[in-house]
Amino acid sequence: MISLSVNGQTHQVDADPSTPLLWVLRDHLGLTGTKFGCGIAQCGACTVNIDGAARRTCRLQVSAVEGAEITTIEGLAEDGLTPIQQAWIDHDVVQCGYCQSGQIMSATALLKENPSPTDEDIDTAMSRNICRCGAYTRIRAAIKQAAGQGEAR
Amino acid sequence: MSPRTEVSRRSFLQISGAATGGLLVGFNLPGVGAQRFLAAEALPFAPNAFIRIATDETVTIICHKSEMGQGVYTSLPMLIAEELDADWTKIVVESAPADEAYSGIMGMQITGGSTSVMTTWDQLRKAGATARWLLVEAASKRWGVAASALRTEAGFVLEGTNGRRASYGELADDASMLSAPASVALKDPSQFKLIGTNVRRVEGPDKVTGRAEFGLDVKLPGMLTAVVAHPPVCGSTVRSFDGSAAEALPGVLKVKQISSGVAVIGRDFWSAKQGRDALKIDWDDAAGSGFSTAKQREEYLALLDEPGAVAEDEGDAAAGLASAAQRIEATYEVPYLAHAPMEPLNATVHVTADGCDIWTGTQAQTLDQNAAARILGLDPKDVRIHTTLLGGGFGRRATPTSDFVTDAVEVAKDEAVPIKMVWTREDDIQCGYYRPMFVHKLEAGLDDAGMPVAWHQRLAGQSIMAGMGFVGPDGVDTASVEGAAHMPYAFPNRRVELHSPEELVTVLWWRSVGHTHTGFVNESFIDEVAHAGGHDPLELRRTLLKDEPRHLAVLELAAEKAGWGTPLPAGRGRGIAIRKSFESYVAEVAEVSVDQGQVRVHRVVCAVDCGIAVNPWNIEAQMQSAIVYGLSAALHGEITLEGGRVQQSNFDDYPVLRMSEMPEVEVHIVESTEAPTGVGEPGVPPIAPAVTNAIFALTGKRVRKLPIRLDEAD
Repeated sequence: MISLSVNGQTHQVDADPSTPLLWVLRDHLGLTGTKFGCGIAQCGACTVNIDGAARRTCRLQVSAVEGAEITTIEGLAEDGLTPIQQAWIDHDVVQCGYCQSGQIMSATALLKENPSPTDEDIDTAMSRNICRCGAYTRIRAAIKQAAGQGEAR
Repeated sequence: MSPRTEVSRRSFLQISGAATGGLLVGFNLPGVGAQRFLAAEALPFAPNAFIRIATDETVTIICHKSEMGQGVYTSLPMLIAEELDADWTKIVVESAPADEAYSGIMGMQITGGSTSVMTTWDQLRKAGATARWLLVEAASKRWGVAASALRTEAGFVLEGTNGRRASYGELADDASMLSAPASVALKDPSQFKLIGTNVRRVEGPDKVTGRAEFGLDVKLPGMLTAVVAHPPVCGSTVRSFDGSAAEALPGVLKVKQISSGVAVIGRDFWSAKQGRDALKIDWDDAAGSGFSTAKQREEYLALLDEPGAVAEDEGDAAAGLASAAQRIEATYEVPYLAHAPMEPLNATVHVTADGCDIWTGTQAQTLDQNAAARILGLDPKDVRIHTTLLGGGFGRRATPTSDFVTDAVEVAKDEAVPIKMVWTREDDIQCGYYRPMFVHKLEAGLDDAGMPVAWHQRLAGQSIMAGMGFVGPDGVDTASVEGAAHMPYAFPNRRVELHSPEELVTVLWWRSVGHTHTGFVNESFIDEVAHAGGHDPLELRRTLLKDEPRHLAVLELAAEKAGWGTPLPAGRGRGIAIRKSFESYVAEVAEVSVDQGQVRVHRVVCAVDCGIAVNPWNIEAQMQSAIVYGLSAALHGEITLEGGRVQQSNFDDYPVLRMSEMPEVEVHIVESTEAPTGVGEPGVPPIAPAVTNAIFALTGKRVRKLPIRLDEAD
């Protein structure tokens, strides 16, 4: 049994310790907001926050995160939406939406560490997340709104 | 020309009370063809597309088009809500089941070809107007007032300005007792309140909170997960396999052979995946092991010396070339491309005593339903398809073989529990369906004034539509030559010939289909003509399009907003391209720089005329999206095969555009009163040539092969 702290709750999980955290979240805990995109830590669809930092979970063994505080898209806001999620709605960022949990988790970690990111900071942090629908323009705008920089829409 | 359908009353409407009270308006959606698509046969009345107005005021719109990011769950309900004068906040969208009532383009229930709004523009507005008429009539009877004295607004029927009012929910039961009118009047576009406004997508909140359910997220009691080992050499079959090591793993429940390979059923994805890794399979790879795209390229180049099937023959191209003052020629090439939607392909199947249930993100319910029925020996009606949200489509989720659904059905056959079959990214990139590789050879003749007077183009590439059974007796797949044959540019003497070789590789429509290559090739070569003739590329296009007002309008708008002709910072170049596709007109201007052989796209200005702009924000998003999709291919996209093996496997060796490469994109929408046309695809074709034309303007190097590699350019 592995003890995991996810979204403020402790779970005992019966999984092989080498199982990637992604599949424990999705298949064991039913938290399907975190997505599978590539399985090789290239696309960022599986991004969650671990102790506040953006981490890709498709190659991260579950045994490595025992004792850490894991936050998934489902646990971002206790009630309603975070300012980042609200900015995503305001800018109508999503298209197919499949990558957006990961995008939002990356943006959340970025603004936590760097509340006033430059364009270059945004590009660097967000380039770990692929969006095949190409919502990048609006992702940028939404992050700026959430950081209190850009125009609200 | 905008495709239109006249909807007869017989096939259009049925009114009834909903089982739970309220008003149910059913309507049938016969299909129409946009250009190459075949019109559907008239169908028997089968009311399965509904507007459901409940007594609690909810207006449920059952959407028969798949939501893959292109915005149909918002734009199609907008058409209904506009005429219904519904309260938009009360709109709920549900995905439709698979049913022949929804057959549209190509006689199938399918989402593609950028046709969703264009083909339902009249029907859905009529459905909304009919529901409104019934509610007004119900109020008229209840109050003993002429219907003409009543008006509607935001979910209410109102009498005069200070008179009685009743909500749609209150009137729904009464309305369900009435007969439908023979005809309904539609609003003049000047009366639109919702159409033309920026409406945020209805499923947006679910998508930013992780609640949205994609196919991969389906959870069912007792469900198991399967992963399939597909052949490493395309076209191979299983000679024998040893599943004992896989079966010995704790989470693996079963190993079974299916037609595409060997499936491992596990308790969850990771168990099944580990089981797959433990399989030992002896593949018979004789069919594919000799295949190489490098060799194929040589064959195509040789083929272009031979005449092909004639797709266009206007005037006398040979004579025009022979008498031209100047001749130029060039060869262009584009590779195979994978679609790579973000959500790996998957389907969940439960075979039961009374049929089969399939949960999947599909673009082609009819094909999937028929495939499952064939495999299971069922009547297609007993195959129930539950369409989830799609994590991207781009054409990949509409295949003639229903490949990923077929995998899932074959695995779930004879199993008691639901099985979720999941492809890995490698399964998606390797030996799947691709945009075909094409090679084009072109010659143009110019007169003394540097204007084109002859054009001869030969191209070779696999037919997509042949696989769907839609190629005419002349041997020309119009989807191969769209945009090459019958260019809008006014000049004489044109001949376009097509070779459609068959190959091991399976091919499919890829966002904007034939325009993906003809957009690049023809808009590059016309640029070459401009430079050879000493004309500014914008000026030449403007002259040759002088009788094409909608082309001209987007061309001028994009050029003006991009500052065409104004000085650029040092080291920047500007290129322009224009393309009509899916009945819409798009011009794009790209601004690029080159640093140590690396191309950087800084800015793209896009002008689009897609008729009436139903939801401008969505149009803007789709143009941005198309530009990114096209740039990914232009800068990076290439699938190659050697020894029958696809040499790419995932996003590390099949890279796509990331935020760090994202240019500034501006989208300008031409105001129009024409009926709406395509939005999802038309932004793709102009981007690659806009960029390569800009590279030429900056460096004098002509890129004639994608993806862009400057060291290979002349």
